[in-house]
This record gives sequence, C-alpha cells and structure tokens, in this order.
Amino acid sequence: MLDILKIADKEITNRLFIGTGKFPNKPIIKEVMEKSESQVITVALRRVDLESKEENIIDYIPKTCTIMTNTSGARNAQEAIRIARLAKACGCGNWIKLEVISDNKYLLPDNIETLKATETLVKEGFVVLPYMSPDLYVAKELVKAGAATIMPLGSPIGSNRGLKTEELVKILISEIPIPIVVDAGLGSPSDAARCMELGCSAVLVNTAIATAKDPVGMAHAFSLAVRAGRLAFCNGIPLESKFAQASSPLTGFLRDDE
Amino acid sequence: MNVKINGKLQSLDKKIKLSELIFEKSLDVNKIVIEYNSEIVDKKYLSDIFIKEGDTIEIVSFVGGG
Repeated sequence: MLDILKIADKEITNRLFIGTGKFPNKPIIKEVMEKSESQVITVALRRVDLESKEENIIDYIPKTCTIMTNTSGARNAQEAIRIARLAKACGCGNWIKLEVISDNKYLLPDNIETLKATETLVKEGFVVLPYMSPDLYVAKELVKAGAATIMPLGSPIGSNRGLKTEELVKILISEIPIPIVVDAGLGSPSDAARCMELGCSAVLVNTAIATAKDPVGMAHAFSLAVRAGRLAFCNGIPLESKFAQASSPLTGFLRDDE
Repeated sequence: MNVKINGKLQSLDKKIKLSELIFEKSLDVNKIVIEYNSEIVDKKYLSDIFIKEGDTIEIVSFVGGG
C-alpha cells in the first residue's frame, strides 16, 4: 500500500521537503529535485535586482513539484501576510511556509505573530504551514486556526545541529492531530531519519543539502534516510530495555551444567 | 518626476505606464509581481496605470530560500 501524506489537496509520497537557498547555482536545484524525488520545495520572495539580470529560480523547479513560498524577512504578522499575498499573485499557488522572525541571532520564530498571521491567511484561502518553536499550546491554537501542518524547528536555521528539540517534538507528535514537519537545523541524514522514526510526517531540509560538497548526492542521502526512518516508524520500532536481552537461545549450550 | 522603485528614489523623464516601466527594465511580466502604492496590481491592468509623482512601486519575484 502506498504511504501517502495528504496536505490540503495534495497527496505526497516523498516526505523530504527541500529548501532552495544557498545552492552554488540554480541548475543544480533541478538535479537535486530529480535525484531526491522530492515533491515539495520552498522559495522566497524578494525585490527584483534591477541592476543585474538574474535567472528566475522557478525555471529550475520541475513542474510537478508543489512550490511553497516562505515569508522570510517578515518581522510581524502584517509583513508575513503581505508577502503571502504577493506570492499568490506571482502565480505559484497558495502554499505558504509561514515564518515570522525578528531575532537575527538565533532566527527563532515568533509564535505569537505566527499565530496571528495563520488566522488571517487561512481565512483568505492559503494553505499555511507555520514554522514555530515547539510549544504545545501554540501548536493547538495553530490547529484551531486551520494550519495545514505544524513545523517545529529542530535547531536554529542553518545551524546543522540536528534535532535538539526532540523531547518537545515528541510531545507535538503525540498530541497534535495534523502532520508534524520538522523544519530547520537538520544537519545530516541521520537527523532526518531520527525525526521520521519518532513519527514526524515529513522534514524540510535546506542548508545541509545546499552546502554539502555534492548537493545532489546529499539530497539522495537525505531522501533515503527519510524513507528508512518512515519505514521504521510504520513497522513498529521495539521498545528499549535497561538490561541485555539475548538474541540467541539460552538453551542447548555446548557445555555441561555445573 | 520622482518615484520610489524597490526602495530607491528614481527620476523618470517622461510619463509612462507600469507596463512600459516593466518593458524598460527588461522584466518578464509572468515572473514578477508589482505592488503599486501598497496595492498588488492585477497583471491585466498594468497598461492602465500611469506612474505619477511620488508613487511607490515594488517589483518582486521568487528567489532561493528555505
């Protein structure tokens, strides 16, 4: 049976979402998406640089991918809403990776402004995937506001430090009825596999792929890790025990009992 | 005539429409969005709007981001 993740009207079979920042060049993004078979990709919205001719990133994203515009640069709900509206007018759908950040040192999301923006954007018909600090009560409010997923951070954006928020993410997985997608900070495929083993519905990775020596190879590695972690979760990971449990029979030893 | 385009003051020597500004800047209309005095402009109206003194125009498009 196909293991499908449904978000809004999309049926997703590859649970690795990829961010497009920091890649050494734009053509490589197409290769990354093909090799990883990722189906969901994020982009940002910025002022056009009128002095230089730059290629448009959309030209390098396979047409079959779902594009999710982030609201990076937004410092409050109002700015995030403005970016979301502009993104929709740009014609690449209505999926928004909502991020509201005013702390430049750790780039931690502002949960309060994020909630406010979610309420407005959902009413306007956006599919909202909010990036947030893993707090149970805020996550519950985001669900009530109509968020499509909850995207808790693993560790600060671009830090490659892995799932430092594991205990809090576990609580969200246990208590929140919509998909949990860990976004930010995952540094290696084993971090992504760990998220999936815990029961996350997907992960979003950017820096660890884009800044790898070979981004295409690393995207492949992350894709395999996400699949392995998901398979492990679906097949029931056995419980840990404090003491050893022999794997071989404890009878029929080649020795005489003393 | 002075207008602000993407945060920079610019002076235009003649009265032009938004569509002409896009043409002059060699931009692909399908890959950008224009905000004209804080309102998003539907692409079909770009040739109906004449830029006037003191206008604020934002021209945005997609870039890489996570």
